[in-house]
Amino acid sequence: MSRIAGRFRDLRSQGRTALIPYITAGDPQPTVTVPLMHALVEAGADLLELGVPFSDPMADGPTIQAACERALVHHVGLHNVLDMVRSFRDRDNDTPVVLMGYLNPIEVMGYDKFAAAAREAGVDGVLTVDLPPEEGHDLVAALKSRQLDPIFLAAPTSSDQRIQQMSASGSGFLYYVSFKGVTGANRLDVQAVKDKLVQIRASTELPVGVGFGIRDAETAAQVAAFSDAVVVGSALVNRVAALADKPDAIVAQAPQVIAEMRAAMDAMDAKGSVAAAN
Amino acid sequence: MVTQAGRAAEAAALTDLPDAEGHFGPYGGRFVAETLMGPLEELRLAYLKYAKDPEFQAELDNDLAQFVGRPSPLYHAERWSRELGGAQIYLKREDLNHTGAHKINNTVGQAMLARRMGKQRVIAETGAGQHGVASATVAARYGMQCVVYMGAEDIKRQAINVYRMRLLGAEVVSVESGSKTLKDALNEAMRDWVTNVDDTFYIIGTVAGPHPYPAMVRDFQAVIGREARAQILAQAGRLPDALIACVGGGSNAIGLFHPFLNDNSVAMYGVEGGGEGISSGHHAAPLCAGRPGVLHGNRTYLMEDDDGQIIETHSVSAGLDYPGVGPEHAWLKDTGRAQYVAATDDEALQAFHELTRTEGIIPALESSHALAYTRKLAPTMEKDQILIINLSGRGDKDIHTVATLEGIRI
Repeated sequence: MSRIAGRFRDLRSQGRTALIPYITAGDPQPTVTVPLMHALVEAGADLLELGVPFSDPMADGPTIQAACERALVHHVGLHNVLDMVRSFRDRDNDTPVVLMGYLNPIEVMGYDKFAAAAREAGVDGVLTVDLPPEEGHDLVAALKSRQLDPIFLAAPTSSDQRIQQMSASGSGFLYYVSFKGVTGANRLDVQAVKDKLVQIRASTELPVGVGFGIRDAETAAQVAAFSDAVVVGSALVNRVAALADKPDAIVAQAPQVIAEMRAAMDAMDAKGSVAAAN
Repeated sequence: MVTQAGRAAEAAALTDLPDAEGHFGPYGGRFVAETLMGPLEELRLAYLKYAKDPEFQAELDNDLAQFVGRPSPLYHAERWSRELGGAQIYLKREDLNHTGAHKINNTVGQAMLARRMGKQRVIAETGAGQHGVASATVAARYGMQCVVYMGAEDIKRQAINVYRMRLLGAEVVSVESGSKTLKDALNEAMRDWVTNVDDTFYIIGTVAGPHPYPAMVRDFQAVIGREARAQILAQAGRLPDALIACVGGGSNAIGLFHPFLNDNSVAMYGVEGGGEGISSGHHAAPLCAGRPGVLHGNRTYLMEDDDGQIIETHSVSAGLDYPGVGPEHAWLKDTGRAQYVAATDDEALQAFHELTRTEGIIPALESSHALAYTRKLAPTMEKDQILIINLSGRGDKDIHTVATLEGIRI
């Protein structure tokens, strides 16, 4: 069983929803990333999503675009991101790490070489924003041959048939993009997401995480009530950005937003299990 | 050795592309966020339906004749041919189209499709502003809302086209991310589309992007090559020996090349922006000096670094200043059906002046790259051989650029 599947199994048995923070590797400078990853785990993260900086992040809003630009000032590439994961594993062998990014850096490295290097570094899953299952056959095969989980994004526009296709190709969990738009936009409609998740669960056995537009503890708890995981990107990256000129403060202060979400989600999960017990 | 029949089979296969998923060999495809997969399929099906619809085609033909001013002439540049001392040079005069370039052939077609799909809002990306103006023009004519994304750097360089778009009623949005040029404008247009996909039609200006755009834009631009083929047969009684066109994204080149793909005797040359020279690294020539990768929804040749980051391009011509190229060109290069070369900024400027003074035609700086290669190729050919050059746009928009380069203030 992969580290990701094991983590979701454990959380499910505890009646808890996973909290998955996203940070862009190397933002605002490379030395911050590994200490920040540890601090996020201490603040209550169950899995980590580590963004691979890309020059043309088409699916991202201004917050994560700027994070990529800050990281690229330091020329943080895929090799460096793998080094960061390897370094993180020195102290944490339990928390699953998912790389999130765009296809081209992986394309340039080569699928097999990337999969081998990612496995060796201690990566658990790979989420490629601009790689739908139709085009993903070769990368999925390379990842699976190294026991890495290919994670697909489902969207409000995805048909049942496409979700079944993602479910068949992907593993670990399915990431549901909560609205039509880019990361960080203020367009979350909790009821619409809840309705769509009912439909998605009919087409997949995978845990379903929800991301895009989770901006505070309240929305995190609302979404936690009916999902298996809550992914938080721009709300956290905004905290990093606000402290970009005080990198020493980032590790101490940025994870607070995650701790607040964790507390609100645990309260919701506890209420849910009481309701279930009654 | 490839047999005649083998070559014919290969050529026939080329005209059958892309496949159902939008692939030209290993290139093309559909590399986008999941949210856009459904809308792209909807677009593909709509395009498939209307491409075969006689009523749609009749309306398109009428618009191309009455609004765009087609057919554009095929002009025998006799004086320039004589001066170069070799092949007879024919210019396909896309510069005479409404709005001054080939771009309008495509925007007329996509706007008609948008109307039939019930989309009331159109968006576009633009570099030099020619596609933005062509999009704003058709939007004005149909009374559609139009938003054009343009890099902040390009807005500074192309103030007149920005004002033209605003006169036509379009909103021009300055893109401040990344390198603030065409590629970033395309990113931003994609972000708008993914957000407003229900009521918005994205008019992509070149033969790149996710399937079906490379095939659809090619089909709308292929009117250039269909006309040129019939015109040269009528005027010279034979097919040309070679075609030459500039390549940024590659829509004017594909438009000229595609109807000749099965004519094995016709050579094809695409001319990229060589900037300060390929060896300088400051250029916009992914086919000559780049390598395959994935950007803007398709796999193709790109200008990128060893980490897979897209790198900045350099060309005197804003319309060629793009780090990718249409996937069909990538495949035509790999199969050897077309050759891709580069012309430097200086070579293009020299050709710009030469055509202006010899034939009384001021070409766009983009098209001047095709003319620059013509100056090299024509003298190596016989006087009874024929070259067709796509004069894809007129140079009015570039007067300030040329004057500034020569230290002249207008």
